[in-house]
Amino acid sequence: MPEFLAGTELFWPLAIPLATAAVCAAAWAYPRLQQAASLVGLVLTLVASLVLLQIVLSEDIVTKQFGGWAPPFGISFVADRFSAAMVVISSVLALAAGIFAIADLRRRQVKAGFYPLFQGLMVGVNGAFLTGDIFNLYVWFEVMLIATLGLITLDRTRAQLDGAIKYAVLNLFSTILFLMAIGLLYGVTGTLNMADLARVLPQTEGSVALTVSAMLFLLAFGIKAGFFPLFFWLPASYHTATIIVSAVFAGLLTKVGVYACFRVFTLLFEVNEGGIRPIVAFFAAGTMLFGVFGAAIQWDVRRILSFHIISQIGYIMLGLAIATPLAMAGAVFYIIHHIVVKANLFFVAGAIHRATGTYDLRKAGGLMKSSPLLAVLFLIPALSLAGIPPLSGFWAKFMVIDASFRGDMAWLGALALVVGLLTVFSMSKIWIEAFWKTSPRKVARVRAVPVAMLVPIAALGLITLAIGFNPEPLVAFANVAADTMTDPAQFIAAVFSEPRIAGVTP
Amino acid sequence: MNLVYAFAIAAQMGCGVYLLLSRHGVRILLGIVLLSTATNLLIFVAGGLRFTAPPVIEQGMRMLGTETANALPQALILTAIVIGFALVAFAAALMLKTYRSVGSVLTSDHTDAEALGSPFDKEALRDA
Repeated sequence: MPEFLAGTELFWPLAIPLATAAVCAAAWAYPRLQQAASLVGLVLTLVASLVLLQIVLSEDIVTKQFGGWAPPFGISFVADRFSAAMVVISSVLALAAGIFAIADLRRRQVKAGFYPLFQGLMVGVNGAFLTGDIFNLYVWFEVMLIATLGLITLDRTRAQLDGAIKYAVLNLFSTILFLMAIGLLYGVTGTLNMADLARVLPQTEGSVALTVSAMLFLLAFGIKAGFFPLFFWLPASYHTATIIVSAVFAGLLTKVGVYACFRVFTLLFEVNEGGIRPIVAFFAAGTMLFGVFGAAIQWDVRRILSFHIISQIGYIMLGLAIATPLAMAGAVFYIIHHIVVKANLFFVAGAIHRATGTYDLRKAGGLMKSSPLLAVLFLIPALSLAGIPPLSGFWAKFMVIDASFRGDMAWLGALALVVGLLTVFSMSKIWIEAFWKTSPRKVARVRAVPVAMLVPIAALGLITLAIGFNPEPLVAFANVAADTMTDPAQFIAAVFSEPRIAGVTP
Repeated sequence: MNLVYAFAIAAQMGCGVYLLLSRHGVRILLGIVLLSTATNLLIFVAGGLRFTAPPVIEQGMRMLGTETANALPQALILTAIVIGFALVAFAAALMLKTYRSVGSVLTSDHTDAEALGSPFDKEALRDA
């Protein structure tokens, strides 16, 4: 890295998508130019995030105080291993989506502003992963929300408008709860910097306002992440969006909620104290079970996969419910595995739609014969999602379930195993209906799947295989990431040791 | 003083939640507006209610005086108002567009998302 860029590594994963969004918006009338600019921006973002990960690997925690204000007063940006990994994996997913968009996006959708909105979404996602300030996190959530609303209603069909209203109302409600939680927390502690909060909160006496604030955080992030009693907006809206938008949402949005939940409940509040653990355990169990049951009845590929997002969120919450370092490591591994696999399944659904002309499994069929390559590419993420060894899902499930048996939560582990079986049921349903059975139509007309669709599917499949056959580096990484995450002292030390920027005296 | 404020906020939030539970799209919208403004007031109260001077640095001084208001809650509320306004404006546009294409603002008439790919779709069964 050149000398003059030193110390700015936290800035680029935000600045590049923002600049790309501006370029795409300026080139509104030229779809080709937008596409090229978007791809360049996505590649650059990926490079920037890899550089950030490299630096985090050597320095543990990287911090930056914008404007040179000393920590509790200005806005801090912080990247530890967990957040750097999230930025990298979301950049990978965004690049895959950008390539998929070449084949899938129609001109009308580009004219409706897909590229600027998509880049805007990436700004929000990366900002949420990197910020070290709780109010700033709220702002990034709102940036994401406004971009997602634009993306859902890309085609302006009646179904999309309907889905967008449900999405908008429930997510606005969630951000209002989030803001209330921030207000109460500020009232008690007088600070908004996460590191400062982590320092102040253990010395603060417990009060009603603090308890209410913690519960509001849990509810707000619960709606965002799609926990059991609060997930209804997700299957009501995700299937209406165009498939590439669904894939990005499925991969990233709920995970941002989960990420925020992990941050708040490791750094600010303890899961082990104050009765939060039984609530999270209950949420996790319900999320796993009802997500997979919801999927069992569906026939539309997108709806099956939407319900499976919820079910998988339950596995990740399992890690937070147990809250041992082992379980947290499992959760970190699970999130990384799940972002790749879930987005890949949505891409495959897009390919199925391209080949057969329908998302409805009852009308699809015969893909095994007509495009065997697609069949193989579906099997990798599908079996990985269900947790069949030796794919990445097996190791992810193994880590969280192993942690639950060790952590006196055997019933949760048992439930997770049952849900794994039911996941196999859903995946084999897609397999049998779309790939194995002969097409129910009299004239079986199967269109070829374009290369630009197969490339991202194959690339994400390769990542799944690579994690599956060589899980050791990622397991080690997840273990260290969990150690850093569950030890607020490191986080506090990193933020407050930041040297002042020369020449600026606040 | 705090108690009066707290009751006022509680009443406003109650109204907001009541409107949010309505079936009428515009009432839902107004419910969100009430809830988000009540939240702004909540931040205001949480920041501490006292009779103090405005947080302005006097001419010739280098820092704020001792008896001045905390500027941070005001900054937070300003940010929240701007963001809330933008999102409510978008939601209103969304509701208007939906009214124009569906012909109703009642959520009981908004069934298109549910009908898309429904497992109970008779049409699909007949085709198969």
